[in-house]
Amino acid sequence: MAKPTPTAGVSTRAPASQRSRTAEMLQHAKAMGKTIEVAIDGSPIAVPLGTSILEAAGQLGIRIPTLCYHEDLCLAGVCRVCVVEIEGQRTLQAACSYPISSPINVKTHTSKVRRARRHIIDLLLSSHVGECYTCSRNQSCELRELAAEYGVDFFRFGHVQKPRYEIDASSHAVVRDMNKCVLCRRCIRTCIDLQEVGVLEALYRGNRSKVGTFLDRPLADVVCINCGQCINRCPTGALRANDPTDEVWDAIDDPRKHVLIQTAPSPRAAIGECFGLEPGHAVTFELNTALRRCGFDRVFDTDFSADLTIIEEGVELLLRLKRALVDGDASVALPQFTSCSPGWVKYVEHFYPERLAHLSSAKSPQQMFGALLKTYYAQINELDPRDIVTVALMPCSAKKFECNRPEMCASGHKDIDYGLTTRELAKMIHEAGIDLLKLPKSGFDDPFGTATGSGVIFGATGGVMEAALRTVVELVTGLKIEKLFDHADVIPVRGFEGIRYAELPISQIGPVPELVAHLFDNWDFLKDVTLKVGVAHGTANAKRVMEDIKAGGRFSQCHFIEFMACPGGCLGGGGQPSPTSPAIRAARA
Amino acid sequence: MTFGEIEPGAGLKSALARPPADVLARIDASGLRGRGGAGFPTSLKWELAQKSKGDKKYVICNADEGEPGTFKDRVILGDFADMVFEGMTIAAVAIGARHGIVYLRAEYTYLRGHLEAVLQRRRENNLLGENICGREGFDFDIEVHMGAGSYVCGEETALIESLEGQRGEPRNRPPFPIDTGYLGNPTTVNNVETFAWAVCILAKGADWFKRLGTEKSTGHKLFSVSGDCRRPGVYDLPLGITVAELLAEVGGEDAKAVQVGGAAGQCIPRRDFQRGIAYEDIPTGGSIIVFGPGRDMLRVAKNFLEFFIDESCGQCTPCREGAPRLLEGIEMLHRGDCSMTYLDELCSLGETMQLASKCGLGQTAPSTFLSVVQNFRDEILGRTGGN
Repeated sequence: MAKPTPTAGVSTRAPASQRSRTAEMLQHAKAMGKTIEVAIDGSPIAVPLGTSILEAAGQLGIRIPTLCYHEDLCLAGVCRVCVVEIEGQRTLQAACSYPISSPINVKTHTSKVRRARRHIIDLLLSSHVGECYTCSRNQSCELRELAAEYGVDFFRFGHVQKPRYEIDASSHAVVRDMNKCVLCRRCIRTCIDLQEVGVLEALYRGNRSKVGTFLDRPLADVVCINCGQCINRCPTGALRANDPTDEVWDAIDDPRKHVLIQTAPSPRAAIGECFGLEPGHAVTFELNTALRRCGFDRVFDTDFSADLTIIEEGVELLLRLKRALVDGDASVALPQFTSCSPGWVKYVEHFYPERLAHLSSAKSPQQMFGALLKTYYAQINELDPRDIVTVALMPCSAKKFECNRPEMCASGHKDIDYGLTTRELAKMIHEAGIDLLKLPKSGFDDPFGTATGSGVIFGATGGVMEAALRTVVELVTGLKIEKLFDHADVIPVRGFEGIRYAELPISQIGPVPELVAHLFDNWDFLKDVTLKVGVAHGTANAKRVMEDIKAGGRFSQCHFIEFMACPGGCLGGGGQPSPTSPAIRAARA
Repeated sequence: MTFGEIEPGAGLKSALARPPADVLARIDASGLRGRGGAGFPTSLKWELAQKSKGDKKYVICNADEGEPGTFKDRVILGDFADMVFEGMTIAAVAIGARHGIVYLRAEYTYLRGHLEAVLQRRRENNLLGENICGREGFDFDIEVHMGAGSYVCGEETALIESLEGQRGEPRNRPPFPIDTGYLGNPTTVNNVETFAWAVCILAKGADWFKRLGTEKSTGHKLFSVSGDCRRPGVYDLPLGITVAELLAEVGGEDAKAVQVGGAAGQCIPRRDFQRGIAYEDIPTGGSIIVFGPGRDMLRVAKNFLEFFIDESCGQCTPCREGAPRLLEGIEMLHRGDCSMTYLDELCSLGETMQLASKCGLGQTAPSTFLSVVQNFRDEILGRTGGN
């Protein structure tokens, strides 16, 4: 099943009291290797013991509708849309959460089943406030799709019009409109079980039950890390990102404003999905044209500042190593943690505040770019920074929080004024009547339009680490990384496993390059040192690494660890198009 | 009451004198079925738990007696606590458990001190603890765990969730507690009364137990009788007794309907009073609520639905959203503006709730509504919204 198996030797998941353990698989069922013969709609199939009816039906090409089920999440079996009839059983069973343990005869669309599904959809609609016209999920709502599939042509059990709950827009990242919530609890399972953050929980009972936070506080007041994974998994419009597109349009429309946008690689790889492309088709250069036609004055590539981040983080690592190895300073915080994922940074602040010193002091690429635009760029273009509006296209909802952090204005101006998600920019392009896929290609603007290629892989999990390793190794050995490895990919670090570890022995050292000559006399202290690095994506995995460090395990011996808050890194960010799944995230890489 | 006639300790002595398989065989021969209402064969549940692989096994006593109109477990716990603990110990022998937990209804907190004192006395008498009754290696102890006031925690998987410190909500089944129960371990959850009868069966034999009741519903059962009758209280009566016989016993002969099985049960109209109270006919956990001639059946249905709406955990759609729609239907009937088409639609929705809800609460929530609509049509139709 989708529920990840806990890694052996690494400590626990969320506390028992916070886990949404509404479903248990048969113990070790699949490992027992037993297969069971079942029939679904008359077609026989042999499946491993413990396979769900939903999975088995899928293998036969039989589609069973679902709502609360999500590939990434543990099972709930609460919406009951996927009910099926099992011969000999009095009640219908939820296909998603029924593990096959004996030969059964399943019927997926009998009159009982069809009527029950229809009733369930009618019931969900009866308490779902809102009209599809005015909903951000109009084109991607799973409830609307179900209603269409089941031919709902009137509200059988009525339809509430009056909102019951105030919309919670307190967070810069996530807006919660519980009037549209269908209580599938995907967000709860995302927060508790997938991310192990545990901000969301079911509150109250019966038809008063709602998804809420600790003491039902506004989202901005609780330990939400803004990762937005809940948004990506919400089937309706109940969760959305805090959308600044109106403000961005206002800036574009204001002739005094010089509006600059930077685009990160991950949204470029995914925005095509909002225009009907299959996942995995980057439209970087068409997007540049679209942005200019929308009215942005300049279009920059975040890869440029990603390179800056890499150099800063790489040099910072070398400095920490020097302090530890040469100066014998035991207080140096090693391993160094990456700081480019704002969800991860907030996670550390809430859950591991004692480890804050381990975070790299480097700003994220988004913020570095903003700072450059409001200072250096303003200066060389003779612009008043107050007239510059910086927009960042990011795959991320936490970036919205990051750009609003009070400390992110070292120049005296807000580094980044607005963070846009992939979905929001797609909406702007739609609104401007631009057919993205038919546009001619165009390049990025100078002077920041030249990047090395390190930054391009920034968005994949392991990408920061790979880029940093290349930088460090090139600085220290004077060799191009191609000579260390057969090709440029640092294989042990890239890939999609949740937690990875790699070692890189430094067997030769070169002269200190001029760039860092003021910081280092020589690299002698690194001769024959084996660099140990780790990568973790998804805060649940990050938590395991942090607990391993606490317990003095392998990761406590690392020099550098890349953490990303989102499963699959930025490609699976909370600002990326819905739906999401492991296959979609892999295709975007 | 039968329990008063059983010699203390005789059941446990009998259980310890035979191999566990024989204990199971004896319960099996008696035909004892769960006294909480669902009527699952007790021996089968114990046998499945016994066969489940696991180092730690648990015996849980479901003392979360929350069904409206039942109070017989309260009497058993108050007067025959030893019988319950002895029954749990016998279950421990049968399945190979070392840990027992009594999940006690929050409203019964006042019984806790009494139960703890009985447990302590049993420990002192070597009836709990290590090497019980001198049998080498037979260790078993019982703790009392308080519920927090939720009706659905009487459902065994919700009870286990609650015991584990989670929000008390029913789990998906399978897997069942006998395989994956408390903390993932094989667990048997039985009603207070079931444990007490197990003691009687071990003490007096399966044939003694079977001498009363019906073929499929053997033995006695305790009934909590309330409502419009002259002699409410707890009754010890053989299963299979007809509603009419029971009403004669309790002084409710003029009833127009009887709610058998509490809010989750059925509302039996007068013309069905010859039906028997037994698992194969009208099952019950023991709650009998008598409705006299003056009762308004629409208000009865309304009262029960309000209860379910309040007690639904809210996780599954049919129960969470269905029960309020039925309640709205009752209000429409009361005002006289529910069309027959919509009433039929609501009955169909009720059937969906019975079929598609995740647990017994949602599956039984519409039953009173359905039986009132079916059996008291003339009474509920044609109203105009008056008192």
